Amino acid sequence: MNTDLLVIGGGIAGITAAVEAAETGREVVLVEKQHQLGGRVLQMHKYFPKLCPPVCGLEINFRRIRQNPKIKVLTGAKPTSIEGVPGDLTAIIHVEPSYVKADFTSGKGVENDCPVEIADRFNFGMNRTKAFRLPHELAYPYRYVIDEESAHDPAMKQFIESSGIEGVDLDMQPEDVEVKAKAVIWATGWEPYDANKLDHLAYGRLPNVVTNMEMERIAAVNGPTKGKILRPSDQQPITRAAFVQCAGSRDENHLPYCSAVCCMASLKQSRYIREQYPDAEIHIFFIDARTPGRWEDFYQEVQDDEKTVIHRGKVARIEEAGNGMVTLTAENTLTGKLEQVSVDMAILATGMVPTVAVDAPPIKINVDEFGFIQNNGTSVVVGAGVATGPKDVASTNEEATGAVVRALQMMTGK
Amino acid sequence: MEAKTGVYICSGCGIKDSCNVEAIAKMVEDELDVELCKVDPLVCGDECVAGIKADIEAAGLDHVVIAGCSGRYFSDRFKFGDNVLIDRVALREFVAWTSDPQADIDDIEEVIQEQAEDYLRMSAARMKYSEAPVPMDVEETSRDIMVVGAGVAGLNAALAAADAGYKVTLVEKEAELGGWSRKFKTVIPQAAPYREPQAPPHTELVKAVNDHELIKVLTSSTVTRTSGQPGQFDVTIQNGSGEEKLRIGAIVQATGWLPYDPTRLADKYGYGRLPNVITNVMMEEMAAAGRIARPSDGAAPKAVAIIHCAGSRDREFLPYCSAVCCRVAMKQALYIREQMPDTDVYLLYKDIRSPGVFEQFYARVQDEEGIYLTKGEVVEVVEDGNGGVSVTLDDTLLGENITVQADMLVLATGMVPTTLVETDETDGAETEEKPAEESPGDGDEKSRAAGAETGANILALTYRQGTDLPTLKYGFPDSHFICFPYETRRTGIYAAGAVRAPMDMGMARNDGLGAALKAIQAVEAFPLGRALHPRSGDISFPEFFLQRCTQCKRCTEECPFGSLDEDDKGTPEPNLLRCRRCGICMGACPERIISFKDYSPNMISQMIKVISMPEEDDERPRYLVFMCENDALPAFDIAAWHRHKISPWVRIIPVRCIGSVNTVFIADALNGGFDGILLLGCKRGDDYQCHFVRGSELANTRMENVQEKLLQLSLEEERVQIHEVELSDWDRIPEIINDFVEEINDIGPNPFKDF
Repeated sequence: MNTDLLVIGGGIAGITAAVEAAETGREVVLVEKQHQLGGRVLQMHKYFPKLCPPVCGLEINFRRIRQNPKIKVLTGAKPTSIEGVPGDLTAIIHVEPSYVKADFTSGKGVENDCPVEIADRFNFGMNRTKAFRLPHELAYPYRYVIDEESAHDPAMKQFIESSGIEGVDLDMQPEDVEVKAKAVIWATGWEPYDANKLDHLAYGRLPNVVTNMEMERIAAVNGPTKGKILRPSDQQPITRAAFVQCAGSRDENHLPYCSAVCCMASLKQSRYIREQYPDAEIHIFFIDARTPGRWEDFYQEVQDDEKTVIHRGKVARIEEAGNGMVTLTAENTLTGKLEQVSVDMAILATGMVPTVAVDAPPIKINVDEFGFIQNNGTSVVVGAGVATGPKDVASTNEEATGAVVRALQMMTGK
Repeated sequence: MEAKTGVYICSGCGIKDSCNVEAIAKMVEDELDVELCKVDPLVCGDECVAGIKADIEAAGLDHVVIAGCSGRYFSDRFKFGDNVLIDRVALREFVAWTSDPQADIDDIEEVIQEQAEDYLRMSAARMKYSEAPVPMDVEETSRDIMVVGAGVAGLNAALAAADAGYKVTLVEKEAELGGWSRKFKTVIPQAAPYREPQAPPHTELVKAVNDHELIKVLTSSTVTRTSGQPGQFDVTIQNGSGEEKLRIGAIVQATGWLPYDPTRLADKYGYGRLPNVITNVMMEEMAAAGRIARPSDGAAPKAVAIIHCAGSRDREFLPYCSAVCCRVAMKQALYIREQMPDTDVYLLYKDIRSPGVFEQFYARVQDEEGIYLTKGEVVEVVEDGNGGVSVTLDDTLLGENITVQADMLVLATGMVPTTLVETDETDGAETEEKPAEESPGDGDEKSRAAGAETGANILALTYRQGTDLPTLKYGFPDSHFICFPYETRRTGIYAAGAVRAPMDMGMARNDGLGAALKAIQAVEAFPLGRALHPRSGDISFPEFFLQRCTQCKRCTEECPFGSLDEDDKGTPEPNLLRCRRCGICMGACPERIISFKDYSPNMISQMIKVISMPEEDDERPRYLVFMCENDALPAFDIAAWHRHKISPWVRIIPVRCIGSVNTVFIADALNGGFDGILLLGCKRGDDYQCHFVRGSELANTRMENVQEKLLQLSLEEERVQIHEVELSDWDRIPEIINDFVEEINDIGPNPFKDF
């Protein structure tokens, strides 16, 4: 197919770029590797600082996509090659099968009887889910999918045959689609830093040590506990929780840079807990509290909460304390004294790793030493969102809109 | 012209199991004014869609009712051209998936059937009283873009728009282009490896702007008047040589920031009180001029202290953080070390804020000898006897104070947007405008938008609601700043750069580009009469039957986007290209004279009227729910998908915004026998989620007034309620509706029912 703009990555950056370009009258092909749009923001429970649900903004954007014939969306799709020069680029997009045809309708909900279950990756494996499902309540495209690994499971085949569900094709094959475009926006976002590398923080060893992204899912109404925040080890309520800032960030042994959003994310998550548990105590361990601009108001509000204690210092270790509790030890950067707190749950504020660094693009892109795209005119593509540097959703949307202008310039050769 | 309506009822997705679809079809054919009615097991299937197209052709249908799933699904399949108006009746969500055949209600099957049939009646009424919108006639529009402010954001915006082929007028109040960049020695690093300050970016930008054949540069110029509407702004610009009048399509306001007034910091930080206390801006000027020296005697300082948050993050002064001062302080520490390798620099900070990859710059500064970082809150600043400055920091954890001696003190003061309007009654941190108190029909004074009444007067808008962009707390322009950061409350005007939020020059560059794109979109969409955000692509527009206008001014006061001006008598003067199509004016008008072709007071009143209304003795109550289509409705769709159950006594009318609900509808419903009316809209207040900013706030005020009237009529005020819901509230929505039904059931039937 021919288009003006090819957007790689269907998270909030890619969606914004695609919609803004289409509303400027350009043809757009938006490519997303998952079987639905939304990326990381779809996994978020709330946005800071308004504590509003990300699905609200996504719904407006999905509505804009639905009503705009200039946008084509390819999901389950990744580019395998991109060649050419700005103004004349050819990409091959590999599209994985979803095994469910577009005209499958939910019917009476027979798919709910699917016996094949898999670890729910959307919830970071904290629960199991039907292998035949709508990927999300708000999924765009509104289309059921069957996971690759389950499509070839004999139990799935038997279920489809015995239940008489129509619109499923377990023999569906992947296909390669050629897209000719004038410009490409690269908005492949980020992966959470692997907390398993943080041995001193006991992630993976102690069930009550979770990451900030896991916390988003735990708090979400469609998360593993239907939004009820509970201690993972025994599903008990939270009396005390701690946030470990810069877990692997600003650390030469892990991520030397700061991920820019984790301070606000943890402050926001402290509110999730406090809203559910009016008596719970929160401890936040900062090196520096980074809440730039008007976000400072949010930090001030959290500081006004008498149940929230701000500690100055980087957590050195987390250990089991018995009874499901975990003990955090930190050196106070001001006093040099060791501080210890025992909590039901420790949340690690882990940082962002650019996807470009872990999943190499099929085209040369100029990046910095960490893998963030440098938008300095030396690449064939324009970067947008966290692909160019750690940032929050507001900054991502700002940049993604601006990226369209850069792409327009590439289209016209300026 | 009579509507020719075709009705297509889907029996799939469980619909036929919840109600008798054939009986609905028979009712439609017998009772309703339609051309044809068909039942299909898969209306969204290719076969049925082809059949609908054939029927449109053969029977000349201009209205099509799809009774099946919610209009949020498969909308791409039901596209039959601009001349055919489509209504989607959500039988699947409103009835099939949410009705409970096991409910403890007499004749429950009949009750559910009644519910399904009512939705078809409502749709037929909707179709009968509406028609497919046609785009407004738009007189000639301009595709030219005006950028106000020629700092980094404005220069980038101008270049981006011009490079994309649009004519740009760049207006700058100073004699030279470049803004703050021109006054800086260097700027904080923006490109990898992010370790060294960079040359200010304006030099190349200014050259490119001056050389660009599509950019007209007006320096020493100010905007003295902006009237009209997007696509047709008439702008007057004043400069030394006189006045210039321009026709402009869209505007980027990139007027930047001003330093926080340091004279307010005299007591606490010594500015103006001690000769050797200067600001970061003064330091920058000194460094750019080539020599850093202390003001009192021109000597090179041996020790310099820099206070990072001088007045910032302080409720007494400037409560927010200006996002760049930490990095600017570090950059200035390097200036000092470069000029005077033996001078010590003390950076006194609360938190070091070098977010993201800019941590690399912090690391580099930490590596520099002679720069000492000290954390703490400043207690006092006094003279140390030798013309130097002594800064005392409080360290609550150590329980003792630290004192830093320096020859010179630099205050890293924050950024204030040029849109901030300071009022006489308040000063300092209290300068932020109070949120607009827009109470419907409550006189002129309260209804003015925040920041617009006196106005910073930058764009000098001739709008009835004020001269400038309505602002948030602290004076930044109001917008949905997380998802749609450039959208202001004045259509076709986009804010960019530090006027919108404190930011560094890298962000200001991105911001200029983004705002330029929004301006380009605007000049392309408006000639076609198409709305942009948030109802992108909508061609419907409000029409005003002014012969019946009583000049009550509610519409002109309540429009969140300042679309309506007024003549001397107070009659509204619509500016349709400013309109976002929310229908808030339609909800405001007591005379019901504001209508869209496909959305009108009459249409909604007729929909209410056709709902079956059993007599009191039947014990079949009726509840009406007005549901915001932006958040509440999708949340309801999801609740239905989860098969949550709701009371079968409820009838739902989706609305463009809860602010478009006219109190007349409430009166109609109560007079018609409805036992209760529930409005489900978005969150209001400072953290509003309303897509149209003020809609849910206005609806709330209107309903409070309605409740007062109910009490006067000896009716229970609980019968009319408004609730805030979020899109993620799909588990709560059925509960809210069912609790409401239960509460009113306990109160008893509407006493007006059988009148």
